[in-house]
Amino acid sequence: MIEPTLSHYLLVSGALFSIGLLGVIVRRNLLIIYMSLELMLNSANVALVAMSRFNGNLDGQVMVFFIITVAAAEVAVGLALIVALYRKRQTTEVEDLASMKL
Amino acid sequence: MFNIFAVLAVLSALLVVVNPLSRNPVTSAMFLVTTMISISGLFVLLNAYFLAAVQILVYAGAVMVLFLFVIMLLDVEETARRKLRIVSLTMGLLSVAALFGVYKSSIETTYEKDVVSSQIDGFWSEHFESISSGEKESGVTVGSTQALGHELFSNVNGFILPFEIVSILLLVAMIGVILLSKKELK
Repeated sequence: MIEPTLSHYLLVSGALFSIGLLGVIVRRNLLIIYMSLELMLNSANVALVAMSRFNGNLDGQVMVFFIITVAAAEVAVGLALIVALYRKRQTTEVEDLASMKL
Repeated sequence: MFNIFAVLAVLSALLVVVNPLSRNPVTSAMFLVTTMISISGLFVLLNAYFLAAVQILVYAGAVMVLFLFVIMLLDVEETARRKLRIVSLTMGLLSVAALFGVYKSSIETTYEKDVVSSQIDGFWSEHFESISSGEKESGVTVGSTQALGHELFSNVNGFILPFEIVSILLLVAMIGVILLSKKELK
């Protein structure tokens, strides 16, 4: 059993980020795109905490604290926007929301 | 322990995005909860106890309840499974795989000790060594509530101003949400 090092944690964080990016690119449902965004933010958090732990510096964890706060605010505003959009258009599929397309 | 949490996090993240059995947003939300909990397990393994608690409270609690609430509110019926366009699917998969490959190889070249010490000299090699060999200089960093509070609110180089700015941001977000969810959106 090997002790996990910084690069292991960074690999996990990179995998989570890639999966989130894949969700944003591939999926067509606005809500699931939003969940994938949350996943990407969390992968950044994992990388920051791992860096903070292996550097012996708490600043990374303070950064994660602020990221969590901002992400919570962002989720609230984004979901309110989705609800307002749904009231107008009755859909959450991005393909039906192409009115700004040239 | 690390392996369990890491595999659980990555697997359930995959099930959020590409679930072969169901296209339902509620299932995705449930798997997102599993991901958040295993990420907070990773935080515990990294000695960030306060952040692990906050992760569960904020993400697995507040954010996911908000998500589920909105899903129920929107009453999204099981849409006829539109077939994912094959071009966008393959291109997305390809580009994400390429990005992950670049990331992985850059990690491997950065944190291999002999590569670092042979290629980079002086300050940087010492810096990287102290990163890769971990806690040898300052003991184990423990992100307990007390330590994090000292870091946040210390007088010397604390984060009091950012803290207050974030509180204003939360207030603005709250007012914005109330305005957005009014019946008549002008």
